[in-house]
Amino acid sequence: MTRPTVLVFLDSPERTVEEVRPSVLELITLGRSLGRVDVVTLGAPSVAVLATLGTYGVDGVHQAVLPTSLPEDVYRVTPVLASVLATAASRLDADVLLVPSTFAGKEAAAVAAARLGAGLVVDASSLEWSAEGGPLRIAKRVFAGTWDTVSTVASDPAVVTVRANAVAAEPAAVASSPEVYALPVEAAAPTVTVVSRQLKERAAGRPALEEAAVVVAGGRGTNGDFGPVNDLADALGAAVGATRDAVFEGWFDRYIGQTGVTVAPRVYIGAGISGAPHHRGGMQASQVVVAVNNDPESPIFEISDFAVVGDLADVLPQAAEAIRAHKQGS
Amino acid sequence: MRIVVLLKYVPDITSDRRFADGRVVRDPAEGSLNELDENAVEAALQLVEAAGDGEVVAVTVAPATADIAVKKAYQMGVHRGVRVTDEALAGSDYFGTTAALAAAVRRLGEETPVDLVVTGMAALDGLGSVVPALLAEELGWPQLTLAKSVALADGTLTITREVDDAVETLAAPLPAVLSVTDSANSPRYPNFKLIMAARSKTVEEWTAADLGIEPSEVGLAGARTVTVEAAPRPPRPEVELVVDKGEGGLALADFLIRNDLV
Repeated sequence: MTRPTVLVFLDSPERTVEEVRPSVLELITLGRSLGRVDVVTLGAPSVAVLATLGTYGVDGVHQAVLPTSLPEDVYRVTPVLASVLATAASRLDADVLLVPSTFAGKEAAAVAAARLGAGLVVDASSLEWSAEGGPLRIAKRVFAGTWDTVSTVASDPAVVTVRANAVAAEPAAVASSPEVYALPVEAAAPTVTVVSRQLKERAAGRPALEEAAVVVAGGRGTNGDFGPVNDLADALGAAVGATRDAVFEGWFDRYIGQTGVTVAPRVYIGAGISGAPHHRGGMQASQVVVAVNNDPESPIFEISDFAVVGDLADVLPQAAEAIRAHKQGS
Repeated sequence: MRIVVLLKYVPDITSDRRFADGRVVRDPAEGSLNELDENAVEAALQLVEAAGDGEVVAVTVAPATADIAVKKAYQMGVHRGVRVTDEALAGSDYFGTTAALAAAVRRLGEETPVDLVVTGMAALDGLGSVVPALLAEELGWPQLTLAKSVALADGTLTITREVDDAVETLAAPLPAVLSVTDSANSPRYPNFKLIMAARSKTVEEWTAADLGIEPSEVGLAGARTVTVEAAPRPPRPEVELVVDKGEGGLALADFLIRNDLV
């Protein structure tokens, strides 16, 4: 078997590609364990981006060139993004197409798979080749993190969206100097019009919630005061999230849960969160779960590795201070 | 205004599951309408009510046990319900399911044109969120997915949505495929009159052959992915529980530090 070709979608929030997000670095790392890695982008990568891709051992960068007849703002509309992914996969004769598991990524991957006649797995947690040139084994965690399944793809290529934090991003042992190639993409103007698109501001100094290695989340038990949650997140360099209830109360802007953001960080810390099914569905795949709640009967304790029965307004600031002291000492 | 709303019957999250014949089989007795589909039903009813007249047709692809889900939609005010049931459809992947749904929408469209298909943002058992996009692709219609708000004027549907990093307003002409989130509306409670009326309403049953679906292209036979293993995860180890007596925060910090998580 020749070395398989893995194509990774280098997603970026804007047309210009000025950074490589942690979720993409994870996919490149995963891709290297499967074969040679090329990336496809929607725009021109900056010099810094190319340097990073080299550090991660990427072979080629395929920059989509869309028809000039297309309105500039439709490049992220699902049918257009799907054309980019499908065209790149066909041109490279890719064996595997890896896409970050965002809503936009999942839709585009699905439509690309439909057009390619390819098998699709969404929200995968790991991929590996079977021994002796056998099929690709794609694992995923299902039913709110209570079951593990392994799938194989009956129809090439394998189109797979992968959850953030599925693997730890690691630079390649040997760096590369990726070449940039133009990738002409045929795409009809979509019937959807983008009336407006505004990027949300990311909290300064904080990692993105869906990609963070450490997440501190607040629920109803905060009574609207996210001060202690923010304090502990600052000490840990963590992202901050909330429950749906807390967001509907207007206490915070983004919620973790079945219908919100799904997180699977190395460490999840829930403060004042009881652990309703909606919230658990969005965080149950976290590697280590820590909970702080003054109710000893909180359901979240059942899925926790470590828990404190106590008032979060006392526990969180004390923990933050101890962590700061530890970081200064080490 | 004629709207098709897609429903999924989902098993109770705690129901027993086993792995057999290449798929996870769940106890069908314990299940209900996917909660997020209630937002789809509500959105469809509101659009028909605003138009002054029209029809909302619920479509589900499932065995007969799913009639509970269709009845729930009847109780909310849905006019007609269709269930596509065929042994050939069992074990369908996203593409097989989409093919069956698209065939049902086309068949309904042959009777009287369909203006809009509305779905929930995800099924709570799978959380894939890709069927609306696949259905739009299959029908060749524009897709407006994950709507937080919906407005229809002069045959143009406009939605706002918050997806990943951006807040967007998108617009498209009808017919279209729309998916709505759980913050798009508050699903209505069934009233007594509708509950009584739902009792006597039946669910139409269509087979794959009725819809001209090729059995080899759906179900396990047509699936492009094969589940080769499925198993429950081992139970978590017992939680390390500390009652705060003034040093709970230190204990928490210590847990993170000694496990190399800081």
